[in-house]
Amino acid sequence: MTTTAPNRTDASKPGPPLRVAVGKRKRRPGGQRGWLYAAPLAIFVIALFIVPLLLVGQMSLSDWPLLAGNRGINAPENFVDAFQNRFFLDALVFTLKYTVIATVLLLSLGLGLALIVQESSRWKNFLRTAFLVPSALGLASASLLFYVLYSPIAGPFADLTQALGFTFLGTADSALWSTVFLIVWRFAGFYMLLMMVGLQGIPGDVYEAARMDGASRWQTFRSITLPLLKPTIGLTTVLCITGSILAFEQFYILTKGGPDNSTITLVQLIYSIAFQGQNNLGVAAALSIIVLVVLVLINIVQIRVIRTDKEN
Amino acid sequence: MTSTLNRPAATSTRHHGGGRAEHRSSLLAPLAKLPYWVGTSALAIIFLYPLIWTGVSSFAPRAGTSQTDGWGFGNYATLANYQAGIGQYLANSAFVSLLTVALTLIISTLGGYAFARFSFLGKNVLFLLTLGILMVPYATVLIPLYVLLSRVGLQNSLVGVALVLTMFQLPFSIYMMRISFESIPPELDEAAKVDGCNTFTALTRVLLPAVKPGLITVGLFAFLTAWNDFFAPLILINDSNRMTLPLAVSNLRGQVQGVVDYGATEAGVVVLALPCVLLFLILQRHYVTGFMSGAFKG
Repeated sequence: MTTTAPNRTDASKPGPPLRVAVGKRKRRPGGQRGWLYAAPLAIFVIALFIVPLLLVGQMSLSDWPLLAGNRGINAPENFVDAFQNRFFLDALVFTLKYTVIATVLLLSLGLGLALIVQESSRWKNFLRTAFLVPSALGLASASLLFYVLYSPIAGPFADLTQALGFTFLGTADSALWSTVFLIVWRFAGFYMLLMMVGLQGIPGDVYEAARMDGASRWQTFRSITLPLLKPTIGLTTVLCITGSILAFEQFYILTKGGPDNSTITLVQLIYSIAFQGQNNLGVAAALSIIVLVVLVLINIVQIRVIRTDKEN
Repeated sequence: MTSTLNRPAATSTRHHGGGRAEHRSSLLAPLAKLPYWVGTSALAIIFLYPLIWTGVSSFAPRAGTSQTDGWGFGNYATLANYQAGIGQYLANSAFVSLLTVALTLIISTLGGYAFARFSFLGKNVLFLLTLGILMVPYATVLIPLYVLLSRVGLQNSLVGVALVLTMFQLPFSIYMMRISFESIPPELDEAAKVDGCNTFTALTRVLLPAVKPGLITVGLFAFLTAWNDFFAPLILINDSNRMTLPLAVSNLRGQVQGVVDYGATEAGVVVLALPCVLLFLILQRHYVTGFMSGAFKG
């Protein structure tokens, strides 16, 4: 539901056809043919999205072991179990901490890089490509790459880290920051691209006027670039927070939740409850509904903030 | 030392641009630019180094890998013979990726056309539901899908994985194709209809060529996502002969008790990354401009 909002607020013009369509509720001659073309989409959305969502609701209320299947209602117990899981609170706190760090770093670096490569020149085109190449890799491939890079045996910094008595993934803090570095490396180019789209939407004569008024670079950035970039910053924040809360691959591959279970994210917890050891799909479903609710709430708040900003 | 001394003078000329100062800046410009060159070069190195290092060291000799003396393809040979063989995993990944691309293209072309050119009952509900897929965590949908797919006989199936990956691709693809079709003037369809086309032949003969950039973007994204996806196959595939490449390379690390074959892992990363990087470099211009003109400017 709410996802349309960032798209609409981001687009400078909210696309007239969307608005027009809202007004027309009556069937038109093309109605049946329209459904015909939309049918494959509707089948996919219903069979692979709506039905699973309903089922996950049922599972969260049922006793549902991985192999045995549905064994009847287990109403609030699954949720109680999910909250009382000994890693739940740690995973929640860690996921939020990681989300804040990743979002702040990715957005500021994305904007910084976009400002560096904004204009076109040979060197800047090269830089843009260099920043974007990591985005072509899958998150799993990038995590595997850094798994070797961070290795105290095979990595290029192995000797150095050994001499300093430091390991990239050895302590809770270093594991977190090493993973954050991987994520920044992988995603900074992508956020740079989104920021560049936003920067392009700022008309050049605004800058011209500021320059004529003798504004310094910093003044121009603070009172022109940042305010006019707000819709883009809003969209990228929603994207980045959503992505970070659902973090899985990077920690699953790089740290396996260690050291000492210090880097378990919520999705990792869901995965391990469902498929590793406990094999309890009911509790996993309950936990995944909790994550869904948290995510929806956070996004609603963000979209509210963006909207009120826009109205002012 | 000189560069730090001269920098303030040079930057101030850029802002005020007086005659005398301009003359000075032309002499000092290269020095004033030095921090910029050093800084941006360092950034480029940070972003490129991990890729280059992995590529180079997958061929380099190291104790404990399959490439102990001299440079060569030892790590790749190990990778090729891992369990079902890398050929099998490559084939699995290629199958999943191509099926996902095909399904995504068909569904988003027809769906985008429906949204852009027809009005029908429930149109907005369907569009919002499709975008709603973005809001829901992977895990929330994959746990019930694991149960559902085994009910319809698609447990452990690459087709099942492709269906799921297609579903996750739909919000972006439908949005993109709707915009692509909406940006074509309706006069084009009308002209086609005057020439005797029905809505379907108007789509295939006249409109498809016009939305080609959108199709390339959607197809590329679907391919990259499906080729690289880790979570869906991790949950849906148990049979090691049906694993996709990312899963196989990830599992390869933990085979021998406590000893990780870093060399084979590097080779695996290269095999995984190479098609993506090449595709990106070939289609970069399109990818970047498509992004900047299409999806976010509506």
